Order: sequence, then structure tokens, then C-alpha cells
Amino acid sequence: MIKEIRLNVNGKEHTLQIDPNTPLLYPLRNELELNGAKYGCGLEQCGSCMVLLDGQAEPSCMRTCGSLEEVEIQTIESLADGENLHPIQQAFIETQAAQCGYCVNGMVISAKALLDQNPDPTDEEIKEALQRVLCRCGTHSRFIKAVKLSSEKMNSSTL
Amino acid sequence: MKLSDINRRKFLKQSGQVLVGFNLLPLAFCTPNQANEMVEWVDKGRDAVDSWIRLNPDGKVTVLTGKMELGQGIKAALRQIAAEELDVEMDKVEIIIADTGKTQDERYTAGSNSIEGSGKTIRNAAAEARKILLDKAAEKWGTSPDNLTVSNGRISQNGGESASYWDVLQGRSLEGNITGEAPKKDPKDYKIIGRPEPREDILAMVTGKTLYVQDLRLPGMIHARVMRPPSYGAKLINFPKEEVEGLPGVIKTVRDGSFLAVLAEWEYDAVKGLQRLQMGSQWEEKVLDPPQEELFDKMFGAEDNGNSIENSLPSGWEDRGEILETAYTRPFQMHGSIGPSCAIAQMDNGKLTIWSHTQGVYPMKRTIADLLGMSEDNIRVIGVPGSGCYGHNGADDAGADAALLAAAHPGPPIRVQWMRMDEHSWEPYGSAMAFKMKGIVDDSGNIEAWKTELWSDAHSARPGGKAGHFIAANTLENPKKFEAGGFSAGSYRNAVPLYGFAREIVHHDFSTPLRTSAMRGLGAYGNIFALESFMDELAHKSGTDPLEIRLRHLGDDRAKEVLETLAKKIDWANRKNNNNQGWGLSFAKYKNAASYFAVAALVEADPGNKDFKVKKMVGVIDAGQTINLDGLKNQTEGGMIQSASWTLFEEVKYDSNGIVSNTWASYPIMRFSHVPEIEVHVIDRPEEEPLGAGEAAQGPVSAAIANAVFAATGSRVRDLPLLPEKINWA
Repeated sequence: MIKEIRLNVNGKEHTLQIDPNTPLLYPLRNELELNGAKYGCGLEQCGSCMVLLDGQAEPSCMRTCGSLEEVEIQTIESLADGENLHPIQQAFIETQAAQCGYCVNGMVISAKALLDQNPDPTDEEIKEALQRVLCRCGTHSRFIKAVKLSSEKMNSSTL
Repeated sequence: MKLSDINRRKFLKQSGQVLVGFNLLPLAFCTPNQANEMVEWVDKGRDAVDSWIRLNPDGKVTVLTGKMELGQGIKAALRQIAAEELDVEMDKVEIIIADTGKTQDERYTAGSNSIEGSGKTIRNAAAEARKILLDKAAEKWGTSPDNLTVSNGRISQNGGESASYWDVLQGRSLEGNITGEAPKKDPKDYKIIGRPEPREDILAMVTGKTLYVQDLRLPGMIHARVMRPPSYGAKLINFPKEEVEGLPGVIKTVRDGSFLAVLAEWEYDAVKGLQRLQMGSQWEEKVLDPPQEELFDKMFGAEDNGNSIENSLPSGWEDRGEILETAYTRPFQMHGSIGPSCAIAQMDNGKLTIWSHTQGVYPMKRTIADLLGMSEDNIRVIGVPGSGCYGHNGADDAGADAALLAAAHPGPPIRVQWMRMDEHSWEPYGSAMAFKMKGIVDDSGNIEAWKTELWSDAHSARPGGKAGHFIAANTLENPKKFEAGGFSAGSYRNAVPLYGFAREIVHHDFSTPLRTSAMRGLGAYGNIFALESFMDELAHKSGTDPLEIRLRHLGDDRAKEVLETLAKKIDWANRKNNNNQGWGLSFAKYKNAASYFAVAALVEADPGNKDFKVKKMVGVIDAGQTINLDGLKNQTEGGMIQSASWTLFEEVKYDSNGIVSNTWASYPIMRFSHVPEIEVHVIDRPEEEPLGAGEAAQGPVSAAIANAVFAATGSRVRDLPLLPEKINWA
């Protein structure tokens, strides 16, 4: 049952002795001590556990480790470049886009996937990109503002 | 912006809540003993300044509050209050929250009470601390304290000597009691209170740092999953003990009556153990009664006399005019925390430590003592934030699960993580409610008489010392039975109109088959839905403008002002209710004692698709003196969106097999596609007392949407949620 699985997470190779059917979220949070992705439902319904899989925002609570050996996995911990926060992180802080913050990981990861493909999204496109992530505190309108500000910041820094 | 700009160490300390000997970063180096030690903490009692405000030898101020950070941003607001009265900058002020080993007993963080309660004490303590320090300096310099000024913690004498607070103390602690007599600042002179203050924990959120109880990894920690019964009251007959204990990584199973759990070294092994338990265990189940489709009929038909809350109706009021009679209902609704409840507990040499996102660390300590038959002296509960709770969710129950398992398996810290279905199916819901309204209005819109009858189950069943309030306790071999708390004022919160007309309010306690307790706003949400919908109905019956009929019956100027401000912001007088668009408005003063809130909603109907959408909501809040402007707006926006979600989508369903709404698929909540444009306007009153604001929006939003649905479609929907199929599209 236990096998050797190699995962590429945040640019580093990790070798795990693990049941290949284990959903990615568990070794991320436990063995690799990356707390960013959260457990929310285990059913791909809430988006708390979002990570980037080859650049796409995907839930990590059902995708098994065994199916991800060839995939580049990125978590929210990889966004900051050393001490420098990513423009999306800066924008979330500047707009104070959080209440309890439990869903923020899903919002930031979804925003990253969106803005990498569509640097100048409309409000509707932002809503669509964040649609999979549930927020219970009602911080939605701030998240939309934060993603807009992220887009401005990313566009001005690439000029 | 760089991490170092914010001073990472300081930041983590402030967002940590676990502190001293048990901080966040040092977790990895922290031994269980260190984690458990009762640190050098001496409880000097509620009256000591030192119990609330400490000046540390490192030049910092530590605020201690018994209240919990729930995502409402209480840490920033309480730090602002302390910084203001002490005359120090915010970066000098740190805060420790809810920890029975460090902070005073402030019971629950609930009811929008933290600013009015803890905030007031901290203000008095800070003012007292400042006075003690000035007196000491004046004595040393042979002058009067009146000749001294303070700037950022430095005391100066006119053209003379100066010394910092910390110089004055010379490493000693601040001795003195809160007398309430120390002079407090005139609000005119406030520099820190009232300004938008950024929350420092957002940095941890966006970088994935340890912040929540779910994130704690204690040395030697093991993982548990509890197998909850398939439905309320089910009894465990047998379970595949040997099979589960033979699974790789499983340490053991724990059974006590119908309480059943699996312990494992690795988290996913515990999950697999749970799955086997779910497949292989047998239960004797109980049917829920009455069934859901009969619930409201049973409520309306209950034969008790009820309790009269207020009665100023003259005899013979029924003859004053034609009576308008309507009925409204609110279904069971759930808190629906995005992160299912979690707790860690460790029994070490007879001492129990629990890390929990409970709203009340002291009540939890008392209740755990009752559950385990332990002395309170041997229990410490440390509050660590969790996912937003919005009231009494599964947090306390997860804490009780962890405590029971720690008692059954002493030694390692044991982490209990509820699964999604556990939270959905076992959290205590906001109670279903039913309302019968009668009113008489004359042709010019004067309300002559008003009668409300309401039926509700309890709105508070928190574990305030009685172990029977924990679900695990009900299922033990020697169960602790749940005892209902009696007459619940939460049920009729905001049932009494703030409007001035003759009225009678009657409340009936009704015992429902589901587990219910405190959810944001308690009964206010349902009561205001009924009250403010009925105001709208009386307005339409008499041909009076809905704004006008409210203003006419209000005597409170601040109430009128939120409504008038709202009317201006949306240009109410010139609104157009056509093209399937309609505006509705609503108002309440939360608890008739806290914040004033008026809100308008714009609904756009799509008769072709038999659907509608809330396009926009505009809210105006008067929370008295504003402490943190941005925090107040954020809380209010959030309350508006959350209430819109309850109002438009949410209903807990059950059948004879138990709770049906056990995932987000069967209990949908609002997603981005339905989020309306939101505007919040704040009326700041620096000269007034600050008023609780966290729950102000919940009630009014429901009726504003219902009233807007009526304006847009002509259909009056009286049963929540306001699903499109309840509208008459013909």
C-alpha cells in the first residue's frame, strides 16, 4: 500500500513514503508543513484547499498524490519572493480583504491563476474565477477589489 | 512591501495568541511541558490594572482580553482603545486573547458585546495606568501631574525633565486597581480611535503562516476522527474494532457508549479508519418528530398560552379598524463555518490543556471539568482562532471530543478534526421560527394596533458549565443529558418594535427535533424579517410610502437619521420601481439597544426565466463612537452579504434518517455569481458610547430583500428563504 511518491512542490522535489491514494492536501499540511491550503470539505465544493497544479487553480482535497508526480505543485507559501510579497498578497493586505481569513488561500490562489492568464480581467471574470471558493464571512466585495488592485499592481510592475 | 517592513517577529507575536513559552514560530522547538506549563502568571483579579494592561520591560504594552478573535477584528479595535488612552503609538501595543491561563473571565465573545464590555474595561484600565504613571513621575520630579504631558509613552515636564513609562516603572509591574475615576480623554482629542486600522493577521493569511487552531502541529501530536452517529439519538450496537485497529497507522479505537473514535499517527490514516467505521458499524436509530413538512403547522397550532413580552394594546383594539393578518416563517439555518471545527487536547500528569476556537474559554473550562469530573484547577483552555463561527458552532463540541480522547489516551497531544459532514449535521442550528402578525392601519398610514405572536426553539444552548450541552456527553455509556435552559430572551430579540404604537408581543417556547443554539443575531434575524416585512405590508395597505410610515412612528432621532441618510444615498424619493426592478428598505436598532442600521436592496426580476437577483444593497450604520472605521465597514458589509445568503438560499433539511443538508451541495450558500454591489455608510458619533455592531445587519437585510422582491414582482414572500419558485410569476 505504501509507495515511494515524488512530488514537486514549490520548485522542490520531495520523496514521500505514502499511500498513493492519499489526497494531496494531507501531506502538504502534515509532512511538508505547508499550512496555506486548508481543509474545508474534502469534496471539492469549497475551494479552501486550492493549490496551483501546472498553473491552474485546483482543489487539493481529492486529487491523489499518486496522480500528481508529473505535475508542478505550487502553494500560497511560494508566492512571496523571499521577503518581497507578491502583488496579490500586497493587494489583499492593502484592501484589508479578510475577516476570519480561512478562505483567503483559495481566493489568492484563484486570483493568481486568473491574473497569470488574464492580466486585466473584468469584474465578471474575477467573479467567475473566484466562484469555486466559498466565503462565509461575506468578504466577497473586498476580494473583488483586492483582485482588481492586484491586476493594477501586476500590470504596472511589468511596464 | 516586504515582510520585514512589518517586523515579522512582532507580527507573529501579535497574531499568535498562544504566546510566551508557546509562541507560533517556536512551536517546532516547544516541548509539551513548555506548552503546558502555567507560565509565571498570577491572577490579580478583575480589578487590577495589571490584569488588563501590562507594561513589559521591553518597552511594549500588552493588552489582555478574555474575548476571542473570531475574524471580526477585535484585536485591532481593543489595541486602538488602549493606545489612545495610554498615549502610545499602535506599534507599541500587543494583545493576548482568551486564555484561561492568562486572561480574565469575560465569558463568551458574543452578542456584539466585546467593544461595549471588554473595550470599556480596557479603556478604564489604560486611563488608570496612565494616571498611575503620571503620578509617579510627578512625585519624583516634585511637581503636579497637571504639569506633565505624554507623547508616545514619554512623559515630559514643561521645559524640564522627561522619562518614558518604562523608565518610570524601572522593570516593576504596574500596581493599582481600576477605580473608574482616572480621567479619560475627550473624544474630540482622539487620534487613534476612529481611524481605519489595518489588521495585522492578514499578512499571515496571505502568506500561509500558522494562524488557526487547525494549523497547530504540536510535538508528538497524533490525529483523531470521531465517528458521529448517523442521526440524533442513534445508539451504537457494534463496530469493526479489530478490523479498524488492524489498519496501518491506527493506534487504537476508543469507545464509550455510542461515542466512537479512531486514533492514528498520521492524519489520513485516521480518515481511513473513520471510513471503515462508517461502513462497518451498526446503529439503532431514532426518527425525528415532527417531520419537516409538519413543523410550522405544529408551531402555529401549539396550544400553550405563551409569554407576554409587552402589552400596551387597549381592550377592544380589534374594533379599531380592519385587521391585516399575515404569517411568516424562518427555517433552521446553519452557521456553516468554512473550516470544520477542530481542537487539540493533551492530558499530561493529570493536567489537561485544550487548544480551541471556542467563543468562551472559561465556560469551556468549567464544562470540561463537569464532563471529566476533574478540578478546574487542572484544566487550561487556550483560545486559538478558527474559521469564522458566527455563533455557537461545533467548536465546543470538538473541544469536548478532544478532551474525552485525551483522558482516554493520556500523553500525546490529540488533534480532533471534524469532517465537513460532522459540522453540517451536528452543529447547533439557528432555530426555525414562526410568526403570526396582526395590525390595524388607518388610511393615512397611522398604525393603530399591532400584535406579534412568535414560536421558536432556544437560541442559546451554550455549554455554560453543564456537560450535557456537549453532543459527545449525551452519547457516553453514562450519558450527561442535555437540559434545556428555560425561557430564552434570545427568541424575542427585536420582536418589540422600536416604533411607537400600541402593541402586544407574545412568545411561545417550542421544542423542535433539531439541535439549536446561538447563531449571529439570535432571534433578531427572524423577528426583524417578520416585523419589517409587516411594516411594508401596512404601508402598502394604507397607500403610504414605506419610508414615511417608518419615520412617522419613530421617536428616536438617531433611528430617523439612519433612515433619512439612506433615503438620500439612494435617492429613495425618485426611485423607479418598474422594468422588473424594485427597491425595498428596512430598519432596526439591534437588540433595541445597540447599533442603528437601515438598509435598502435593489432586486431585478427576470420573469422569463422565473428568477431574480439582488443587484445592490446600501446600508447606513450608526454604531455610536466608531473605534475602527475600516473594521466596522468590513463587519457590516460581511453581515449584509451573509444575511443575503441566509435570506436567498438557506434552509436546513431533515427527514426520518436525519439531517439531509450535510454538504455544500445540499446546503448551498451564496457564491460570487450572486453577490450584489455593496455600499456601507457610517454615521460616526465620537461623543456617544460605542455600540455593538457585529450583528446589526443580519435582520434588516432579510426584510429589505423581501420588500424589494415585492416591489419588483408584486409577490409577497413570507417564508424564508426567498426562493424564486415561491414567487407568483403569472
